[in-house]
Amino acid sequence: MRALETVLVEKGYVDPAALDLIVETYETKIGPRNGARVIAKAWSDPAYKARLLADGTAAVAELSYGGRQGEHLKVVENTPELHNLVVCTLCSCYPWTVLGLPPVWYKSAPYRSKAVLDPRGVIGDFGVSLPASTKIRVWDSTAELRYLVLPMRPEGTEGWSEERLADCVTRDSMIGTGLARIPEVAS
Amino acid sequence: MNGAQDLGGMMGFGPVMPEPNEPIFHGEWEKRALAITLASAALGEWNLDMGRHARETLPPGEYLTSSYYEIWTKALAKLLIARGMITPQELAEGRALVPPVATKKPRADAAAAAKALAAGSPYDRPKTAPARFAKGDVVRTKVMHPLGHTRLPRYARGKTGVVVAVHGVFAYPDTNAHGLGEQPHWCYGVSFTGREVWGPDAEPDLEIMVDCWEPYLEPTP
Repeated sequence: MRALETVLVEKGYVDPAALDLIVETYETKIGPRNGARVIAKAWSDPAYKARLLADGTAAVAELSYGGRQGEHLKVVENTPELHNLVVCTLCSCYPWTVLGLPPVWYKSAPYRSKAVLDPRGVIGDFGVSLPASTKIRVWDSTAELRYLVLPMRPEGTEGWSEERLADCVTRDSMIGTGLARIPEVAS
Repeated sequence: MNGAQDLGGMMGFGPVMPEPNEPIFHGEWEKRALAITLASAALGEWNLDMGRHARETLPPGEYLTSSYYEIWTKALAKLLIARGMITPQELAEGRALVPPVATKKPRADAAAAAKALAAGSPYDRPKTAPARFAKGDVVRTKVMHPLGHTRLPRYARGKTGVVVAVHGVFAYPDTNAHGLGEQPHWCYGVSFTGREVWGPDAEPDLEIMVDCWEPYLEPTP
């Protein structure tokens, strides 16, 4: 790994400052907090939610989120009747602009193999169980569309500010392997 | 190709193991792997689909026992060597031994890299022909086993589904991965029932959505 980087830098193919910029971007600027803000706004503002579901790319751009691996964003809404789960069985396609880089498990063989065959089992691996009456729709990211789940707003959050609501939105709830939940108060 | 990347429906890998409080990177080398992969791709010597094909042509045993950043860096080394940008000896010795070759795009500095990440690179293309299918059409995916790159997973081949979205026209991976041009085609969201894909033992009410380029689809009689 270091050998490869050294050769690329010595030959002038890559600029070390650009490499640092790329790492810094995904360490500090682009991550699931972006998506959480989008979801909190959708929960708070019905007109925004309608725009988000109609054109995800344009709606997240309103919050200044956009760019690589978010060029064609589609947002899918969870309801009591329908739960959405996102996977890329063929590689690691993931909506970077709103979730950052994918976690290891998302790119792993267990997740990619099982999500389309046994999604309820996968969700169970995350300690989550859905009512038997909830239908599951799995989105396999086989083309250039990237999918973001709009999770259900937790009960008991009426009147909360967008900032407070964003704390309920976990990364996994925006992939479909988790649910949005009121955070436990640190003791 | 029917490589190890096409994992949907395989069994025996065990449960999904989420890592509590997973860090963004597991060590410095993962940061470098991400950065050199993106920065090298920006030189324009290969496209997204060529990059994916380089990963999926790793031998299956190697693919399945490598971490994802290992898959990236192994594929990156393959791409660089295949284009004469680096030599195996340089990689082995970890130093430059021969002059660089000219690349299609110039090396990006930090400002250019920031701009490129923020801009992204959309893959939709102008619509030059009418779409063959419309929402609500019942379609069947082709049975095919191409030697080259494709984005139609094995589990979704030869299956009957319903077009639920017409996404637009996008660069076609099956040609773009092989230097045959983007040859853009319409791309559709197609819904399959779990029963159609997996048979009677499928999870009841399961629905699987697969984005399919037009050449993957045939009308049902």
